[in-house]
Formats: sequence, C-alpha cells, structure tokens
Amino acid sequence: MSFLDLENVTKIYPNGTKAVNETSLSITEGELMVFVGPSGCGKSTLLRMIAGLEDITDGEIKLDNKIINKVDPSERDVAMVFQNYALYPHMNVFKNLSYGLKNKGESKEKIEKKVNEVAELLEIKEFLQRKPAQLSGGQRQRVAMGRAIVRNPKAFLFDEPLSNLDAKLRGQVRIEIKKLQKQMGVTSVFVTHDQVEAMTLGDRLAVINEGIIEQVGSPIEVYENPATFFVAEFIGTPQMNFINGKIKSNNFISEGFNCSLNSNINDQNVIFGIRPENLKVSPQGNIQMKVDLIEKLGADSIIYGYDKSNNYICYRENGNTNIKVNNEITLEIEEGKYHLFDKETKKRLN
Amino acid sequence: MNSKKLQFTAHFILWLGVLIMVVPIWIAFASSTHENVDVLTQGMKWSIGDKFFDNYNEVLNRKGGFSKEITATSMFINSFIMAFGIATVKVIISAMSAYAIVYFRFKLATPIFWLIFITLLVPLEVRILPSYQIVSDLNLTNSYTGLVLPLVASATATFFFRQFYKSVPDELLEAAKLDGANSWKFFIDFLLPLSKTMIAAMFIFMFVYGYSQYLWPLIMTTDEKYWTVVMGMKIIFQESYEGGNLPRVSERFSYIILSMIPPVLVVIFLQRWFIKGLIQTEK
Repeated sequence: MSFLDLENVTKIYPNGTKAVNETSLSITEGELMVFVGPSGCGKSTLLRMIAGLEDITDGEIKLDNKIINKVDPSERDVAMVFQNYALYPHMNVFKNLSYGLKNKGESKEKIEKKVNEVAELLEIKEFLQRKPAQLSGGQRQRVAMGRAIVRNPKAFLFDEPLSNLDAKLRGQVRIEIKKLQKQMGVTSVFVTHDQVEAMTLGDRLAVINEGIIEQVGSPIEVYENPATFFVAEFIGTPQMNFINGKIKSNNFISEGFNCSLNSNINDQNVIFGIRPENLKVSPQGNIQMKVDLIEKLGADSIIYGYDKSNNYICYRENGNTNIKVNNEITLEIEEGKYHLFDKETKKRLN
Repeated sequence: MNSKKLQFTAHFILWLGVLIMVVPIWIAFASSTHENVDVLTQGMKWSIGDKFFDNYNEVLNRKGGFSKEITATSMFINSFIMAFGIATVKVIISAMSAYAIVYFRFKLATPIFWLIFITLLVPLEVRILPSYQIVSDLNLTNSYTGLVLPLVASATATFFFRQFYKSVPDELLEAAKLDGANSWKFFIDFLLPLSKTMIAAMFIFMFVYGYSQYLWPLIMTTDEKYWTVVMGMKIIFQESYEGGNLPRVSERFSYIILSMIPPVLVVIFLQRWFIKGLIQTEK
C-alpha cells in the first residue's frame, strides 16, 4: 500500500530554475527509498519539499492519505537527518533529543522515558550530558538519528547523512541505518549521490537527473536493466563501456568491432553499452584491445585500454590478473549482457 | 636565538603597553590618597598617602551641586541606572531587529538594514536639538526614561548581531522548525543562547557608552536628582574654584578613580562569557 505519494510535484525557484519537474512516485509503508543522482539534480529539493522546508510550486504530496502540501513542517510528522547533522550546539545530547517532544507538550516523565529508550537503542546513553562539540563524528551521527527516532515519525528523511564521515565509519553507519530502519519499519527516504550507498541501502532506488526521475526500481533491476543512458552511465563503478555505432539487420556495427544481436531492433544509430564484468578474455572475442593501464584491487583487477577505433574500454577480471600493460587482448561479450540505447532519445532499446 | 629575540621584543612591547595603560591610573590613585595642599604644591604623587579614607568618604558623601542636594553616591546610582538601561534595551532591540532583518525575508529588509546602518553617520550630538525637543514634548525631561530612551537604538549592535545571525547555519533553523519551534521559540531557544558571547560583548560596549554620556544628561536634566557621574566631574571642578577655596585636587582624583569602577566591574563580571566565546566556538 502506498504511504508517501508524490503526484506531479514541481518546484520552480523564484529565479526561474526548474529544480523538480512533474515528478510522481509512490513509496510503500516501511520501504526505504533512495533518491540518487548527481549534485544539483533536484533530489535534495524533492526531499525538502516532503519535509516542508521548500514550498511546492505544483503538484501534491500525500503522507498516509493526507495531503501535506500546506501543512507546517512540525505537523507533518516527518523527521529529518541533515547532512551536517544540524545538532543544537548549545544544548546537550539529552536536550537535543528532547527538544521536539518538549515543543509537543509531552510530560517530563514521558520525555525522559523516550529519550532513554532511544539513547539505549543507539548506545549513546553515556553521552546524554555532553554537548555536540564533545562528540566524535559517528556519535554526532547517532544523536542526529536519535533526534529523528525519538519523535516516532511517520517518515524518516535522510539528506546525505553519511557524507561527513570517513570511509570506514560510513560503511559501518550505513549498515546500522539499514538495520534500524528495518527494525522499526518506518518509511524512509534517503538522499545520496553515492551509488554504493544507494545500492546497499535502498529497497528501491529513484535515479534522478535534472529534476526528472529516470528510473525507479530495486537496486539490481536498475543495475541490470538501466532504463536510460543516464542511469547506465551513473550506476556502476567502473562505469559501463559505451560504444557508438549502428544496427544493421540485427548486427551491431561500429568502427572498432561488430557483433550479432539476438534481439529484434530496427536499423538505427545506437549506443552500445557493456559492463566491465560482462567482458572476458577469449580468442573468439570480437573486441581487440591494447592495454593502457591496470588497477589491481586485490579481489579483482581493472584493465583499461583502447579498441581499434580508440574507444577507451574497461574490463574487470576476478583476482590478480596476468595481463601486462601494452599487451594486446581479445575480449568477448557475455551472451546477452549488453545494453542498447537509442542515440537520440537515450532510452533503452533491448 | 631568533625566536628568543622575537619573544623579548614581543614582551617588551606588551609591557610597554601595560605601563602606558596602568601608570596614569596609578598616579591618579596615588594622588587621590594625599592631602589637597600636598598635591597642589608638590605635583602629582607616585606613593600612597594617608588620606585615603578621608578623601573617599568626603567625595562619596558630601552634598554638592548648586542646591547641595546631590552626593556622588547618588550620582553613581543614576549613572548605573542610565548605563544599565541603555545597554540592556540596546541589546534587546538590536538583537530583535537583526533577527527580523536576517530571518524574515520581507521585501525591504536590505534597504531597511542600510537605513539603520547609516544612522551611524548621525550621532546624538548632531541631532541633539530635535532629540531634546521630542523628549521635552513628551514631558520626559528629568526622568530616567528620558535619560535612557533616546539612546537605545543602536546601528552598531544591530550590525554585529546581523553578521552573527548570518553565520548561523540554515540547517539549524530547519531542524528547529521540524522540531516544532516557531519563530519566537527559535529566537529564544537558539539565537539568544548561541549569541551569549555576542550579547556579553555588546552589553559591555553599550554599558560603557551609556556610562560615559555627557552632553545628553547635561541638557536633559535640570533637577540635580538625576545628575550622572560624568556630569558630576565637571561640577566638582567648577565648585573647587569658587569662593577662593583651594582647588580640591586630590578629591577630584578620588572621584575619577571611583568613576572608573562600575565599567570595570561590568567587564570583570561579563568577561567569563566573553572569553569563553573566544576560545570555544559553539556553532
């Protein structure tokens, strides 16, 4: 059942910038939806409109079957975790957590009970009397989470909350957020530009570009069947390889290589996409590549090089590769694992 | 070697500064403890004399003025009321007007801010006649309200508060909004505690400003009951040359030393917050 609904939501700033363009999306109860996209794509604006921090130019936002367009942020029953946490610097952790409840007019005992519960859940009980300045990054993150949880909201909104943490902590907190969210079953929207975060956290992703949702789907769906060229380009590291060419009677023809396709697509100009891990070295291969650079990551190796028409190709091999720089190798495309995009509309064809 | 030299120079300059500040005060204090005649005939003193209690007692409790109704003690009280009133109201008004300018994006916010700002170019002395006219039309001459009210608007403090509020991150406001804080609560629960140090600093400046007002209380008050310390300094001068008496030089020094105490107390009392704010930023 859908719980948080966006219907044709549009945001136009006073200076005429269209940040969000007629976006519709429905999020089911208990789901963790990730908005992912490059900076400036409108994902934060969309989140802030849900929170009530930005006016909605057009369209409707419904939470639990109630239109919240004009509802005051504090009465929308949503809680937000900010990028820089926005903890109240002059209040100690206890007061940070209890401020919202106090404004709601809850009784002292109830506030104390709730704060203690949340503090226990997040293991920040021993810091309750400290000020935010005396906490480490990870602890602040927890307090920010706690402030959201303690209000028992209908929806959590996360605005890139992990980007201020170092890489190791980020991984850790990511797991914690996922666990907590599942444990509490609160509908959540998580905004990030980091695709690893997006892939690992989200029940579903909404890939956003220039104010438009390009694709909504589970992480694997989005990865394996990108709906547009943009999604294919944005999701996945190293990036998908793209080769310009055309289709002629079910064959893909480019300057560098040709290959036969088993799908029925009209003759037209296309972009052929193939993920680095869907290539393999094989004498029957159709892509010839001169190796230019090798990155060995331990678990796998990433090999970059040029094909015959100077397209830069990336190929991923498990383990520690034997290939050397300047070697000539032949790569085969894994059966059916290619993506075709219309050159004009950039939409997926196969 | 080089750093030692540097340190020596630095310390030398600092000590020089300390001496320049302290020596005149010491001379004034030392001279205030001697007999009038001694100071008058032998010049100012470096050493402490034995007339400390006599002189200070005389200054504090002797009735002065034309009608001999006012003592220095009551002048101190007047000055304190005036300075405290000016500083308090100035801080409140500036903090609130800066809040309006920064957080309520009404159309004319920027022009209004600059309008407030250019009043810096029109000090009290320039507009003293119209100011007096207004206050006297309101029947506020010879009252504390009249002493305080015309001086409570402050462009300087508004400017400083504005700069401070602008440095407060927007997310704080947004988080507070989500936590159900309305604009009044945001001001009371967030901006005021965050600008504690700012308030302390402004209060100190404005207290000293109010305390050292001379011209305004001079034309405002005809009733000796409302005389202030800085005015009193002049009265004591005047009186000492009247009627062929010996000038009461050392008492004058006592008076000057006493008049320095209230501002110093305010600084000492508020500097805790002031310095705390300088060493730990709470933003």
